[in-house]
Amino acid sequence: MAELPLTGVRVLDITVVWAGPYCTSFLADLGAEVIRVETINTFVPLGRGSMAHPTEAMLKSLGSFAGGTPNRQPGKRPWNRFPLFNAHARNKRSVTLDLLRPGGMEIFKRLVRISDVFVENNPTETMEKLGISYQLLKEENPEIIMVRMPAYSNDGQYQNYRAFGLHIEGVVGHTLLRGYEDMDPTANSSVLMSDATAGTQGAFAVMAALHYRNRTGKGQLIELSQAENVLPFMGQPFLDYSMNGRSASTIGNRHPSAIQGCYPCRGEDRWVTITIFGDGDWDALMEVMGNPEWASDARFQDAMGRYHHQAEIDRHIAEWTSVRDNYEVMHLLQGLGIAAGPVLDQRDAYQDPHLEERGIFEEVTQEDAGTHRYPTTPYRLSEIPMPVRRGPVRLGEDNEYVYKTLLNYSDQEYAEFERQGHIGMDYADEVP
Amino acid sequence: MPDLALEDVKVLDLTQHIAGPYCTKLLADYGADVIKVERPGVGDSTRGMGPFPGDVPHLERSGIFLHLNTNKRGITLDLKTQAAANVIKELAAGVDILVENFRPGTMERFGLGYDDLHEVNPSLVMTSISNFGQTGPYRDFRSAEIMVYGMGGEMYSTGLDEREPLKLGVNVHLYQGGGVAAVATMGALFASRLQGVGQHVDVSLMETQIGSIDRRMSMLLTYQYTGDVLGRSPLGTSGYPNGVYPCADGYFQITGSRNYFPRAVRMMGSPEFLEDPKWHEPEAQSDPELQEEFEPMFLMWTLEQSKYEAWHTAQESRVLSAPLNTMEDLAHDPEFLRRGAFTRINHPEAGPLDYPGRPFIMSESPWSIRRPAPLLGQHNGEVFSGLGYCTDDLARLRALGTI
Repeated sequence: MAELPLTGVRVLDITVVWAGPYCTSFLADLGAEVIRVETINTFVPLGRGSMAHPTEAMLKSLGSFAGGTPNRQPGKRPWNRFPLFNAHARNKRSVTLDLLRPGGMEIFKRLVRISDVFVENNPTETMEKLGISYQLLKEENPEIIMVRMPAYSNDGQYQNYRAFGLHIEGVVGHTLLRGYEDMDPTANSSVLMSDATAGTQGAFAVMAALHYRNRTGKGQLIELSQAENVLPFMGQPFLDYSMNGRSASTIGNRHPSAIQGCYPCRGEDRWVTITIFGDGDWDALMEVMGNPEWASDARFQDAMGRYHHQAEIDRHIAEWTSVRDNYEVMHLLQGLGIAAGPVLDQRDAYQDPHLEERGIFEEVTQEDAGTHRYPTTPYRLSEIPMPVRRGPVRLGEDNEYVYKTLLNYSDQEYAEFERQGHIGMDYADEVP
Repeated sequence: MPDLALEDVKVLDLTQHIAGPYCTKLLADYGADVIKVERPGVGDSTRGMGPFPGDVPHLERSGIFLHLNTNKRGITLDLKTQAAANVIKELAAGVDILVENFRPGTMERFGLGYDDLHEVNPSLVMTSISNFGQTGPYRDFRSAEIMVYGMGGEMYSTGLDEREPLKLGVNVHLYQGGGVAAVATMGALFASRLQGVGQHVDVSLMETQIGSIDRRMSMLLTYQYTGDVLGRSPLGTSGYPNGVYPCADGYFQITGSRNYFPRAVRMMGSPEFLEDPKWHEPEAQSDPELQEEFEPMFLMWTLEQSKYEAWHTAQESRVLSAPLNTMEDLAHDPEFLRRGAFTRINHPEAGPLDYPGRPFIMSESPWSIRRPAPLLGQHNGEVFSGLGYCTDDLARLRALGTI
């Protein structure tokens, strides 16, 4: 049996929130030993939760997204129960050390010496405050690959600009390219596509650099600006501006040439999308709808006419879909070769027969969070199975392994680090 | 010529449209030698998509095609012919990676399924990108952009609770799927190079959405943990100021509520009306009456400024914020320009144009544009002669319509 492709690659991970952790989750899935370097003395909001020691009432007031721990209970260690973190934390390890306390930097340097890759996604000044730079890493380990993923850049005016994915998407123009076509941008909701983009392409960057190092022996610095990283996704509208000086705006759920929409189905908040590409699709749809009277309207006899009167057609389609189940509409129309599919909510996804057969969810047990079904690696390799090897990592779970096995510290030194506040599996009581 | 990260990697590219070509563009732009195979006469479907200069359709001037196919060499082949299948096998024998995104089953019909190719090249990485994957009950379903957002679940969480779910901007999920395919392909390349193991990589666009960090994975897990099905409410970032506001020349987005409220007050220059302690009580951010009082005052602040002024002022107080840029704004952003985030490429038919540039900067093995997107069949001569075909062979294949 072949080994996981990145077996033997060690990655140090000081990433926060989503973009950086998503990058290292790809590497961990592929077999790299990803070690999250964390501290028990400060808490990063939206890292392992909204706060270190939330009460049950606080979790409830935060709502399910930011407060959705199992059964909405904090449990003994709420930081190991946070779904926004646990979603990307499979197959990783966690060590605690505090770079700001005496001895912290020396432990960190020892880790750098035995690692291949270092990944971070903080504002530039945060790394400066911690005293971490490419120069420093290179002195400890000339072959290290350092990946920095600032929101905009590690230099210039925007180097410390604060952003979540939703802000980055505003800057690169994506926000104005989506939204309801009949509402202004103040109605736009938040999406965080650029986190996914940066994480994905960050993992690609690491592997490109590892491949290069395998050939040349050289490490390097990679600067992945999360904003610049998503620019290629804007290719079509950007080239339209380059060619024609035009700035595209949202087309809502429309298609540039087909009849397309998202239509209500039977039940509460149930929806199906339908795309009618040409005459064949249209005729088939009309037939399954029983060749209704309204369809004989002269304006609907060719694709151009239908395109220009979509709003009217939408109402008729919606009337037909609204008394049907969304999966029923999918099977009915797919049987005729028409592109139609339900809008899956979370419950649907876990019950969907296709995802079930594809094995996209896997049951995973983690001591503090219990046993649940997790979304896993979003692709399959035919010769190398990639089951979840370790559940979402708990804070400080691998302290013994990292300090004693990897760094060869003695039991005595370990106890001393523990006393100094480097080592633990609990946030210090005074951390909010 | 600097070293390129993937300059020793050879790729045979049978993809078209967006996800597949974006995957191979990533490989090509970081140095791989990519040979792209297109249908004779018409080529990749994106050659017909545009945008086009002056909106005049032209096979060699489609913006999306030119963008997605930089650094690739292009040949033409009618894959339905036995002669073409033979050529593909000859090419596949000499490459590391083959990427395709036909409907599942198509490659087998061409006589080019994984087993056929594995036979000519046991360490080959074959990456197949499809809407629903190579197996499963939806394998052969017809798809559309909006459908992948819908079935990937991302769409359920986008838009307003009281309205229909909304898709994202044009085709971004196809780029994301292409990026995931590039990651999976690199993983398989490591196994091929280091262990001699070839394999078939199966990428389903639906699953790249289900497994996306953009809300999907965490919302799925939240459902597992709590049983809650979250709708289209904006991520629990309630309170004020929060969301998109109009300003003097467009729109400005801010996340200045709750924990960030003190920073927002500083950003506004600590106005007198916000000195009242009522704004700083723990419950203030959840009080609809206070919010109603706050919003018009805040609007007065935003409306006086341009979106860039508001952005820079907010960032001085470390408030999460952004201008909502148009493509025109983006193309003129001084920092993006200073950093060289866009790149000018001269193409023989489309002329010099600005394109989106490098997705990340490698200090030792840089991203580079070595050639613009290929003309249809531009490299037939050199690629076929590389396989040992002579001029007469080429003429015969051309007469048969194979190339």
